[in-house]
Formats: sequence, structure tokens, C-alpha cells
Amino acid sequence: MTNVDQSTREAHWAKTKGLMITTLIVWFIFSYLVHWFADGLNSVTFLGFPLGFYMSAQGSLVIFVVLIFWFARRQHAIDTEHGVAEEE
Amino acid sequence: MSVIKGDFIDNLPKVYGLYTGGFLIFILLMAILEQAGVGADTIGILFVAFTVVIYAAIGWLSRTMQVDAYYVAGRQVPAVFNGMATAADWMSGASFVALAGGIYFGGHGYMAFIVGWTGGYVLVAALMAPYLRKFGCYTVPDFIGTRYGGNLSRFLAVLVLVIASFTYVTAQINATGTIASRALQIPFEVGVWFGLLGILLCSMLGGMRAVTWTQVAQYIVLIIAYVVPVVWMSNKQGFGLIPQFVYGDAIMRIGELETLIGVGTQPAEAFPGLKALTVPYYEAGTDFASKWKFVTLVFCMMAGTASLPHILMRYFTTPSVKAARQSVAWSLFFIFLLYFTAPALATFTKLQLLDPSLATSIIGKSISEVSALDWIQKWSAVKMLAISDANGDGILQITEFFMRGDIVVLATPEIAGLPYVISGLVAAGGMAAAMSTADGLLLAIANALSHDLYYKIIDPKADTKHRLIVARVLLILIGGAGAFVASLKLTSILGAVAWAFDFAMSGLFFPLVLGVWWKRANRQGAIAGMFFGLLAGTAYLYAVRWGGMEPWLYIDHLRFGIIGASVSLVAMIVVSLATAEPDEETQRMVDEVRIPRGESVIDSRH
Repeated sequence: MTNVDQSTREAHWAKTKGLMITTLIVWFIFSYLVHWFADGLNSVTFLGFPLGFYMSAQGSLVIFVVLIFWFARRQHAIDTEHGVAEEE
Repeated sequence: MSVIKGDFIDNLPKVYGLYTGGFLIFILLMAILEQAGVGADTIGILFVAFTVVIYAAIGWLSRTMQVDAYYVAGRQVPAVFNGMATAADWMSGASFVALAGGIYFGGHGYMAFIVGWTGGYVLVAALMAPYLRKFGCYTVPDFIGTRYGGNLSRFLAVLVLVIASFTYVTAQINATGTIASRALQIPFEVGVWFGLLGILLCSMLGGMRAVTWTQVAQYIVLIIAYVVPVVWMSNKQGFGLIPQFVYGDAIMRIGELETLIGVGTQPAEAFPGLKALTVPYYEAGTDFASKWKFVTLVFCMMAGTASLPHILMRYFTTPSVKAARQSVAWSLFFIFLLYFTAPALATFTKLQLLDPSLATSIIGKSISEVSALDWIQKWSAVKMLAISDANGDGILQITEFFMRGDIVVLATPEIAGLPYVISGLVAAGGMAAAMSTADGLLLAIANALSHDLYYKIIDPKADTKHRLIVARVLLILIGGAGAFVASLKLTSILGAVAWAFDFAMSGLFFPLVLGVWWKRANRQGAIAGMFFGLLAGTAYLYAVRWGGMEPWLYIDHLRFGIIGASVSLVAMIVVSLATAEPDEETQRMVDEVRIPRGESVIDSRH
């Protein structure tokens, strides 16, 4: 068992959980919420696209890519902060 | 010993840079041959044969007799390259050939697949991949079997894996057969076995290591083959070099044209396997049913993505937990490059066919003029397209033009009048997409059977050499079974690719997630979750697909994973809470999985 005391583990996991929940909230908005209102959004024009269609063809996708890169960075910062990141 | 060693890893950018350059030179060479008068058939054969030989050569160079290299590529694949390999693993022949056609016909409703097949990676990154990497398993059932303990849990995980992956792999072998038979001008039944031979050459000798390095090569071919025709075409139509950002005007124009030409009226006739355009392009449904159908399909594809073993096992190959997380981000980036191009392709093709101000348009022209077009004749001959003057006015209406969705990718270069070399390139891209996915799937099945069923359950004393021979024999047998099923052409009963996602999420999603995120989850709970989830999902699929049952709340056969996964979740929680909590050792194991530092949970010598 890796030598990390229990309180550090708990603090680290609490933060990890927080990040997971934040990530999944953003994920939920752009996976479901936005597309639920696609018909309304279509009356808005964005970059020449009807916005509802744009979100399903590009908008949500771009956000997912950025979200995962951001998540990876944040999680590494949390690991480093609690001293549980891997030795490089 | 093999040629590929540590220094190969250091030189990856150089090696694949040279490879990409070589491929571009090959395309140029083909273009020159075409100008010199070499026939289209020869160019098609050269494209497919050349690329398949390259993949086989990479497979041969990556051969290995080490367990670690065979199962997890020695855990030394850098994040970016693993991202490319995952993207190839992920994007199937169906994605490559059928996605744009699906958007063409399905409009906004079909976009649920695009959203689902990308957003699933958020779940992979946040809930699964880093933890499975820390665990240090060889296969997905290896995680289930070790986390929950006992042969039954391991066996059920293998069962779900085999059902989901086999559903998927026959479709892939089928696609390699179709492409090989068309490009090499051989019968479909022979094409299937040729495709399988290529697939096995890539994976058999080097396992995961060989599959990794061929998948990177296949990704490069498939992305070039997808993007080049679209960029070329958009340039020709004056939409610029990065069409993905500027096709909004084209969408608006299609919207106007659709009203003019009457998209939405049902055709008077029907041709088997072909469709006329009846769905408005960008309009989204306003009623509850269409919104609900959209989000439920998105959810199934996402949860399925996060449960499909051939995708999850790619993240076992990275050097660290941190690299596994980054690698998920890179995977989605490389997938995104194709997925945000597909709607652009669908839009351009649609505009070309509908817009009377473009020379390529056919709707509203005289039937005799349209029937004389080369590409119409060529694809009509193979029954992938049909024209019929239902109202007898001699003018082609939108309800009188029928085609298969695949045409959008396969015939677009010809519709736009691009040289044949582009069609050859598209064939090579489709082949790369189908082969890379089939490789990943076959390996996932064979590895689960050899590692989990044979080594962990049947003969734990088997030595390395024995295990790796068993793994390879299984690979050949499963590949042969897949090719045999594909050669029967039972497409009507093989069902949709979506089923693989539904099966995977029914049986594996919650046992995997809760294995990391809920310490209280125990063996009995996981067994109940996998068993009842798979059972409920399969029973529901049977009932709505063949049993004549009316789907509940629009949850049809594409969405049966919702039923399976819900039952799985409830069964897992109820049974876990009703039985004793996991022993201390298991709880410590979960604690270890949650932090990146330290040794992997499973002994590295296993």
C-alpha cells in the first residue's frame, strides 16, 4: 500500500469528486440541455449557422474536447497539491 | 527479438512523419498515373493493396513473445499517439462510410449520434480511464474480476464483453469485405476473408503492441482520406480551405430550397435499401417525443462508449495515469476532426444535388439529362441509387430520387467531378477505418478469453508461452467466426451497430463506475448488476424488435441500454446493501486505485 495517510487520501478524494461533479455538470448541459432546446436556439444565427444545429454539429463537440483537456490539467493539479501525483 | 524497442518510442514523431509524407507521395504518384491514362480500377486496387501491405508490415515488425507487450503494448504508448490509435479503434467503417449519409437523410435527429459518440469520452476521462490504468489490469474483465473477486463476476464480465464486441465486429468484417470486393474486384465472400487476413496480420503476432502501431498508421490514412475530398470540394464551390467553419450559409440555403422543392412529402414508390429525402435538414423537433428521442439516444451512445472494452483497454497502454487522462483528451480531439467534418460533407453534397444554380444539381432537371450522368449510371447499376418518374412529367422531383446513405461519402468525389484518385483514397480510408476497429474488437475478445477465461479461470498455472499461443489461436478462431457470419450476409438479423453500445452499457457501465466510485459495492452486487442488466436489456430488445411489444416511452431497439442499465443499477445497489460490505483488503484496493502514485494494484507480474 502506498504510503499516504488517511486524511490526505480523504482530502484528495473530496476534491477529485468535486472536479468530477463540475465536469459532469458541464457535460450534462452540452449533452442534453442545449439539445433539448434546439428548436428555440435555431432561431438564433451564430457564425451564419442556425444555433441549435450548430451546437449538435460543432458547438458541443468543441466544448467536450476543451473540457477533457481542462479536466486532465485540473486533476493533475489536485494530485500534485496533495502529494499523490506520480513521480516523473 | 523484434525491431521495435525503446528508441522506436523516442522516434515516433519522425517515423510517423515520414510515413505520412510517404503516403502523400503515394497519392501524388497515383494522380500522375491517372493523368498518364492508367485505369480507375488499377488505381483502386493499388490504393487498397498498398495500404494493407503497409499495415501488415507494421504488424510483422511489432511481433512479440512478451505478455506485457502482447496485452498492453508494454505500457509505453505516449498520450498523443495513443489518442490517434484510439481514434482509429473508435471510428469504424460505419462511421467513415455511413455517418455523413445518416446526417444527409436524418438531419438534426441523427446528430444525436454525433453528440453521443463524442461526449461519451467525458465519461471515459472523468469516471473510468485513469482508474483502470492505475489498477494495472490487462483486460476489462480483469478489473471486474479483481475488484469484486470470484470467477463468476469475471465470467459475467467476459460474457458481456463478448456479446457487445461480437455484435460490432461482424459489421466491421462485413465492411472490410464490401470495400475489398469493390476495390479489388473480387466477390464479396472472398473479400471478407481477404479483409480478415489483413486484420489478423496486423494483430496476431504482436497483440496490442502491433495493433497500436497499425492503428496510428490507419488513423493517418483515414483522416487524410476523409478531409481531403471535403476541402477540395468546398474550395471548388468557393467555401474556402476550412469549410467546417463556414458552411452555415449553405445550411440556410438548403433550408430555403427545401421549402421550394417540397422536402417532407412522402415518395409514391419504394426501393429496398434506398431512401428519398423527406426530413428537413436543420429543423429540430418541437414536441416532447422528438426531444426525448434525441437525448435518450445521446445517453445510450455515451454510456456505451464508456463501457466498450475495446476502447477502455486502449488506456491501459499509456506510461502513467496522467498520460491516460491526457490521452482521452487527445483521442477525442482526433475523433473530433472527422466528426465535425461529416456534417460539412453532408451539407455540401446536399447543396450540390439540390441547388439549381450549381452545375452539379439534379433535382428539377429533366430525367433524361440526369440519367445520362456517369455517376448516376454507375451507382444505379449496383442498385445503390434509383430514379423513377412517378408523376410522369419528365422532371426529377425530390420524391423521385432514391439512394443509399453510403453514397454521400462514396460518390461525392464523382458528383463534384473530382479525379478518380480521390475515390481510390476514399476506399483506402474506409478500409483503414473498418480494419482498425475490427482489430481492436477481435483483440478485446481474444484477450478476455485467453487471459480471463483460460488463464485466470481454467488454467492459472499456464506458462507465458502457452498463454500467448492460446491468445493467438483464439484470435484466429474468433476472426474466422466473425468472417463466416459476415459472409452469410445476414444483415437484417445482425442489427445495428448501436446494439453493441446498448449491450455494453447494460452489463458493464455501473459495475465499472461503482467499482471505483462506491466502496460499498461488493461481489454479490456486481454479479447481480451484470446478470440482471444484461438479461433485462436483451429481453427488452427481443420484445420490441421481434416480440411485437410497443416500446415504453419511445425507448426502441436502438435505446434498449436504458432499460438494461437501469435494472443493472438498481440490482447492484439493492444486492450490495443487502449483503456484507467488501472485506478490508478490497476497500484498501479501492483506496489505492483512487490515487495515481504508487505501484499498480494488480501485481505487474500477473
